[in-house]
Amino acid sequence: MVEIRWHSRAGQGAVSGAKGLGDVVATTGKEVQAFALYGSAKRGAALRAYNRIDDERILNHAKFMYPDFVLVIDPALAMSDNITMNDKESTKYIVTTHLSKEELINNIPALQGKEDRVYVADCIQISLDTIGRSMPNAPMLGAFVKISGMFELDYFLENMKRVLQKFPQKIIDANMEAITRAYNEVN
Amino acid sequence: MAVKFDLNEREVWDGAYAASQALRQAQVDVLAAYPITPSTPIVENYGSYEANGYIDGEVIMVESEHAAMSACVGASGSGGRVATATSSQGFALMAEVLYQASGMRLPIVMTVVNRALASPLNVRGDHSDMYLGRDSGWIQLGAFNAEEAYDLTLCAFKIGEDHSVRLPVMVHQDGFTTSHTAQNVYPITDEKAYKFVGDFKPVDDMLDFSRPVTYGAQTEEDWHFEHKARQHKAIMDSRPVIDATFEEFEKLSGRKYKRVETYHMDDAEVAIVALGTTVETALVAARELREEEGIKAGVVAIRVFRPFPLDQVRLALKDVKAVSVLDRSAPGGAMGAFFNEVSAALYTTNARPLVTNYIYGLGGRDFSIAEAKRIFKEQKAHADIGHITTDIQKFSGLRGPEFGYFQTLRG
Repeated sequence: MVEIRWHSRAGQGAVSGAKGLGDVVATTGKEVQAFALYGSAKRGAALRAYNRIDDERILNHAKFMYPDFVLVIDPALAMSDNITMNDKESTKYIVTTHLSKEELINNIPALQGKEDRVYVADCIQISLDTIGRSMPNAPMLGAFVKISGMFELDYFLENMKRVLQKFPQKIIDANMEAITRAYNEVN
Repeated sequence: MAVKFDLNEREVWDGAYAASQALRQAQVDVLAAYPITPSTPIVENYGSYEANGYIDGEVIMVESEHAAMSACVGASGSGGRVATATSSQGFALMAEVLYQASGMRLPIVMTVVNRALASPLNVRGDHSDMYLGRDSGWIQLGAFNAEEAYDLTLCAFKIGEDHSVRLPVMVHQDGFTTSHTAQNVYPITDEKAYKFVGDFKPVDDMLDFSRPVTYGAQTEEDWHFEHKARQHKAIMDSRPVIDATFEEFEKLSGRKYKRVETYHMDDAEVAIVALGTTVETALVAARELREEEGIKAGVVAIRVFRPFPLDQVRLALKDVKAVSVLDRSAPGGAMGAFFNEVSAALYTTNARPLVTNYIYGLGGRDFSIAEAKRIFKEQKAHADIGHITTDIQKFSGLRGPEFGYFQTLRG
């Protein structure tokens, strides 16, 4: 079982990101779960979204998890939210930030001592450059594909095109570019 | 003619989407609804099918849930296949008309996304609304995940519309935990699903002008009791129809449903009895406890809450030593209603397991595997000592001071 927790603000696409990831993962024959936990769902409010991935049908419906991956798609939430909550010694962090990994860890005491499993990508800037607005969910998926090693990039892109098929070609292309850039830039 | 909807063999759907797809496949004639969280996406999705030509039926937007169920009563009485969706306060506002629908023997299907009842206001999942409907004369089916919400919605039409049943049917799913949680769903093709549900065959429809009928007549002490007794007989007699429908559905899908589901009960010493998604979480806990600590834990789950499967519940539990019955609704000054029903069922056997009651999960409070394990272990301790050592009614996952009520007089 792989468990993933997204930290996001309402409107940044964590719920769509979690569902999109679930959709792609399911095509590999795995069983998936994607859900979110939000309060009154006002745009900008902090929220958490979750994925579970397993070979067998997922029966656990609890929100509680010890995440294998923590994906932070809002730079400020990395500082203000409890992103290391219920973590394990193997939990990997991918954080959206314009800071270098060292600068980020210097600012977040909870990440200190976890340097070898903290990764950064500037998903906000990547989405501004490619999609034209702040939509960090798609780049985060690219970063996750790289760090998790769960898929080949091409396989993920092909399946993501199907998930996005209701959108105009221009938007699909921009998302593909965003995913690819983050895949290449995450470190 | 409706536009064909492309479905994949494997979809990742949340429970609300799954329910809306089942409504589309059943080719409902009239859906009248007033959307309310968390059942909103069922109506929203269904509305988009209508707007994009994927269904031939009509969608009626009304001014309240009372009006929604009233429109359903009118449309069903007129001879159409009818459905709606609601939750919580909307369900409560429908309450009056729920009894009208069942009393008039109208096979309306309602997908209910379970949610807490105010006050305090809360949009999250618990079973308060489901319990509110338990004496309304509707058949109540319970899904434990998104795929089951889809399957049971298809079954609901076939059960309710059977001419020997002719009763409205609710299909319950947990708010957010099922309705907004995407999971793998393996849908059935439109052709197969519709063939399973079958054409709607009206009985005494009001639009048959060659044979005028009256719905909702007044009966005082001369006939009211006979009507209500017949209605009760109808819901009790729906049990074999439900069983037959589940069997037919298994042939179609490979997915087997029973009015009472049992997991690891063959040799179970302790059991949790639950409804909804909690069933599956408790099942994970039971499996882990068996592996880690050798505790023979099992789960009994009620698939069909009404008609209450007294016969099957007592069979499932007759050999266990200790049972905890989990109620996800504030009991308001009594033991949990579900606890009472399970205890009553057990009392008709020679078995006398130790039965305790947990109130849990109100307003969406999380129910974890760890908590399920703790409850199993507590039951194991009761079983080992031979009597209940705690209060009979307790609260699970409650912060602040502990509350507990009534102590056993056995042992």
